[in-house]
Amino acid sequence: MAEFTTAGSTRRHPAWSVLVAWDTVVIVGVVLVAVIGSATIDGVADPRFWRFVTLDVIPIALIALPMTLIVITGEIDLSVASVLGLSATVMGKLYEAGVTALPVLIAVCLLLGAVLGALNGIFITVFGLPSLAVTIGTLALYRGLSFVVLGDKAVADYPIAWTSGMIRAIHGLTIPWFILVVAGLAVAFCVLVYLTPIGRGLYAMGNSVDAATFAGINVARTKFWLFVVSGTVAALAGVFWTLRFASARADNGSGLELSVVAAVLLGGVSIFGGRGGPIGVLAAVVLLGVLNNALQLAYVPANTLTIVTGALLIASVVGPNLVAIARQRWRRRRRPGAPPPAAATAPPPAAVAAAPPVAGG
Amino acid sequence: MRIGTKRLRTVALAGLAALALATSACASDTTTTPTPSGSAGSGTIKAGLKVTFLPKQVNNPYFNTSDNGGKAAVAEFKGVYSETGPSDASASAQVSYINTLSQQHTDVIAISADDKDAVCPALNEARQAGAKVVTYDADTNPSCRDLFINQATTDGIAKNQIKLISAAVGPDGGKIAILSATANATNQNAWIAAMKTELAKPENSKLQLVDTVYGNDDDQTSFQQAQALLAKYPDLKGIISPTTVGVAAAARYLSGSTYKGKVALTGLGTPNQMRAYIKDGTVKSFALWNPADLGYLAAYAGAALASGLITGKTGDTFTAGKLGKFTVGDGATVLLGDPFTFDASNIDQFQF
Repeated sequence: MAEFTTAGSTRRHPAWSVLVAWDTVVIVGVVLVAVIGSATIDGVADPRFWRFVTLDVIPIALIALPMTLIVITGEIDLSVASVLGLSATVMGKLYEAGVTALPVLIAVCLLLGAVLGALNGIFITVFGLPSLAVTIGTLALYRGLSFVVLGDKAVADYPIAWTSGMIRAIHGLTIPWFILVVAGLAVAFCVLVYLTPIGRGLYAMGNSVDAATFAGINVARTKFWLFVVSGTVAALAGVFWTLRFASARADNGSGLELSVVAAVLLGGVSIFGGRGGPIGVLAAVVLLGVLNNALQLAYVPANTLTIVTGALLIASVVGPNLVAIARQRWRRRRRPGAPPPAAATAPPPAAVAAAPPVAGG
Repeated sequence: MRIGTKRLRTVALAGLAALALATSACASDTTTTPTPSGSAGSGTIKAGLKVTFLPKQVNNPYFNTSDNGGKAAVAEFKGVYSETGPSDASASAQVSYINTLSQQHTDVIAISADDKDAVCPALNEARQAGAKVVTYDADTNPSCRDLFINQATTDGIAKNQIKLISAAVGPDGGKIAILSATANATNQNAWIAAMKTELAKPENSKLQLVDTVYGNDDDQTSFQQAQALLAKYPDLKGIISPTTVGVAAAARYLSGSTYKGKVALTGLGTPNQMRAYIKDGTVKSFALWNPADLGYLAAYAGAALASGLITGKTGDTFTAGKLGKFTVGDGATVLLGDPFTFDASNIDQFQF
């Protein structure tokens, strides 16, 4: 905390300053919900509960990682669930057509995801269109293509070794092994965001594209690759989804983008860019997953669950802002002559000012 | 600074804790307790069975009716009724609810499946944990449930719907279209396929099916799809909408348009939703089973399984309260009966 009292604090990596505030709140929230849940709700302490929570949060956690980076730069990718759906249907179609080598299917899906993400990236960076509009368009387009690929059919006759293999527990635990893949990616994204110049560049362009450009950051190229990564990871989630549910269908994962955006916002990432980081987002993914499963287990009706999620989201939007405002006031009081750090509170003009608050989820 | 953030963080944490406490407190309140009323039902069904209904989606009037039928049955055999489920009917949304039920050691899961394959591993896990699984309204793969309560046979529904539209369109026939629910709904697709077979018969040669559109069981989408159908086919003579949401939305569109009385509409609907359109002449007749009876039968079938009265093999018989005796048919299915046709002469006798 002491560093905040020095004028030099603004020069530190921007992710750290948020990490000690909102991220901590969310992590403590997870611990509280887990502890209170274990004590009051029958079954939360059961290892099986954590297995089911993990299975539920894996696809959201996967997609939320690149989404966090995209939102930090002030953009958004709403097409992720449709990329998931399209990669699932392509996987199903190929399997039906006789492609029975799993590595080939996975490679094709990931490549497809990269191409779909690149398409988003080209529209956004080459043609300079707003990502909100572009990815709402591709949300519909990619979902439509999934229906073209599989129609109203489902491909469900995968080998048991694949389907049960996908959800197999780590030896000696109940947690599915695929969480290790998520953990590996999470570490990679955290290193990128918190420890590298690229990560610092993401915050810079989220706060001001012009300033980032003058600082020598290639904004367009960085954003393009972020969308490619987002598409690829969404396709990986599609492979997981297909085998986890043993069913490739055109509506796989529909609406999942809202759960992802909800987790990203709850994790303390500003929808205007420039604030937040993957640690808070991962904590938020877990918080939403645990809360949902625990409340279901406590016979809370679905309608109440939606209200709880909505309330948490609003808290997530209001919370970090309150923290930022309080910090700014405090700074002004300490240094009456110093100009306020504008970027900390006011959305920069370059940000997606039109982005509506995402409700529900 | 230090005081400021600390205070804020404390406030935020207190808020979260309060929320968590409030929700878990609210949780214990909503747990359904056994209803003491009701007749003896079948004396051999175990008391205190935990029966949970898992519809395709909650807040859907059709499933509210069917699940309330189940609730009445559960009250009769003195079990513990609850209903849970997703608020959207997308594939695989039900899986986490099934996982919850298997952790709660539910005795009977009565489910209408959004996706016949995606729910299978979870249902089988619940069965290994001791639950009996009964499907109603929409079946799963037979390998992951104990019984399917069939509301009506696919052929029975298809024949009924084509008969009704044929009578409503008149002897000259013409173009007709189908307004369905979601493109992936197992039951809808089976009915549509059977309707096509029925239309291929010589006596129906004057009816020409020109399109099948999907309203996603969403009122507004269905309304827009009905509108779009008539814009696309101005000479359309009839619409079949074998879904309660679709047929009500289409009737609402037709009754407020110039097509009222000119374009025939039939489908599967509920009397309460369709009463106004029968009375104003938009719709001559429509059909349905009684969803309350369906839920009622599903609850009794599940209870009979969980009490060990039946195993679900062909020829097993059980008594379902006021509905009487039922026999398990081939493929571990129980048939509720033939579809029932509602028209101006009988609609006022039904309230659901």
